[in-house]
Amino acid sequence: MKAYLAILSSRFLALLQYRAAAIAGVGTQLFFGLVRVMIFDGFYRSSSGPQPMTYDQVVTYIWLGQAMLALTLLAVDNDVAVMIRTGNVAYEMTRPVDLYAFWFARALSGRAAPLVMRAIPIFIIAGLFLGLQPPVSLRAGLMFIVSAFGGLLMASSLVALTTISLLWTISGEGLNRLALPLIFFFSGIGIPLPFFPDWSQPLVAALPFRGLIDTPFRIYLGHLSGQAATAAVLSQLAWIMALVIIGRVTLARGLRKLVVQGG
Amino acid sequence: MPQIVVEDLVKTFHIARRAPGLWGGLKGLLKRDWREIRALDGVSFSIAQGELVGYIGPNGAGKSTTVKVLSGILVPDSGSVMVMGRTPWIDRIDYVRRIGVVFGQRTQLWWDLPVIESFDLLRDIYRVPQDRYRASRDELIAMLDLGALLDTTVRQLSLGQRMRCDLAAALLHEPELLFLDEPTIGLDAVSKLAVREFIERLNKQRGMTVILTTHDMDDIEALCRRVMVIGDGRILSDGTLADLRASVTRERWLTVDLVDGAPVAAVTDPDAALIRQEGKRFCLAFDPQRISVPDLIARIARNYPVHDLFVENPPIEAIIARIYAQRRSSGALTAVRGFAASVDKSQ
Repeated sequence: MKAYLAILSSRFLALLQYRAAAIAGVGTQLFFGLVRVMIFDGFYRSSSGPQPMTYDQVVTYIWLGQAMLALTLLAVDNDVAVMIRTGNVAYEMTRPVDLYAFWFARALSGRAAPLVMRAIPIFIIAGLFLGLQPPVSLRAGLMFIVSAFGGLLMASSLVALTTISLLWTISGEGLNRLALPLIFFFSGIGIPLPFFPDWSQPLVAALPFRGLIDTPFRIYLGHLSGQAATAAVLSQLAWIMALVIIGRVTLARGLRKLVVQGG
Repeated sequence: MPQIVVEDLVKTFHIARRAPGLWGGLKGLLKRDWREIRALDGVSFSIAQGELVGYIGPNGAGKSTTVKVLSGILVPDSGSVMVMGRTPWIDRIDYVRRIGVVFGQRTQLWWDLPVIESFDLLRDIYRVPQDRYRASRDELIAMLDLGALLDTTVRQLSLGQRMRCDLAAALLHEPELLFLDEPTIGLDAVSKLAVREFIERLNKQRGMTVILTTHDMDDIEALCRRVMVIGDGRILSDGTLADLRASVTRERWLTVDLVDGAPVAAVTDPDAALIRQEGKRFCLAFDPQRISVPDLIARIARNYPVHDLFVENPPIEAIIARIYAQRRSSGALTAVRGFAASVDKSQ
């Protein structure tokens, strides 16, 4: 365990150095958050039909999304990508570690660092000035934290999987090109998932991506509670396990066919 | 039981081939043409604890592939490998804890971390107990003279400095076996000597088994008692350097310097062949069983205005070149002149 914690904390601390990027990110997220709040403001003013969420819930959902955007921007781990391209991945295999766990730890630090650096200031600013509501109850708040951690694990397992896909594609960004639009639509970061038409809801529920942010956010809002909330968290957990297993199997197959480039 | 036993190792790579030009590119979209490369074609050898073995061969001969299979990175198509009682690619995690690997063309240090932090990370990755780690780290820092480099980030190191740090990094966990894949590549003369001296000390003082692949024949002559030569995926020769020489040729070289201004176009002798001429320096190849060294020297000195002369063994490059030449012409010994020309070209 120590090996994985060591790589996790070393990457995490290294990434915390990128403060300028974090400050710029906070500014950008606040700006786009305001734009999206204004869009929904116009939408609620002009529409008289019943909506799946109240206006206040939507605003909170948007700000949570801006605060935790890092969970939906799943860049491949650039260090591993370079290693695979140059053949340095050979060294990675001479280490006495479980390679999946090792790469997962890197992915986790790669998501956790920007999440922490951006979420805290946006929570504070949006909570004080921009209409971000507190969680509906203490219980919802605690369950939100559990489920947000699940979202972080899911994001890391997706990053690990896209990184592993580089063993086949070598150049480019692997599965990432494919995954990003899917995530934009089906995580809820583009449009909150409750606004999707009824006919598409079974599809949305069947995909893993709602576990990234939609599940924790709706628990926070009380939009999911009781058994529905528990079921959503369990489904999130099941998907995390499935993604880890898929990642492990894919990695094992990729390493068997590995051709170390050059030399 | 030897420490390493390799039997009949075969590894093929499949490489996508594309016909040249636009049409070839379009065809490649529809149907991939695969070319098979047999990197290892039945390689067998065994190595005892404490040996320092040189593993040489031209580019693409299968050296690195062998090292990568032995260090658990690649899985072979067939054949068996037992190193310290384990099969590398099956018990990879337990196995790699006991070996050290250095690839001269790559670094295992973290690019943007100071050297000492890379070492600390490796301590955690290999789970080296703190006291053992400190002792081994301090010893390596002293041996490789790394004291001044520890706080530098790896990307700021020169190649020679980086290689010394990489050697230390591969040894922090006190492996029993060390694989060095071209550790002196690109190094200047001073750094090369430092690396060589270090490898020799590891082997002599700690009894560590070292397998060294290199293109630098000076590395081999300076370090290795045993040399394995690989070509086209097969072991062509395996033995001591002296045996290797003897098996290929008994030939010695006599280099003659004539006095300045001597009106001589060429130095010739019925029992020796001229293989090279640079100004007033002539190099002759001869068989010491056909003509003794004193006789040849006496005759040359009688016939030519000699300023200086010396006798030497052909350089190991020439021996290796001849092994390959023999293999290409399926065993037939090539004429001395033809061989000498090929050596000249290779230099």
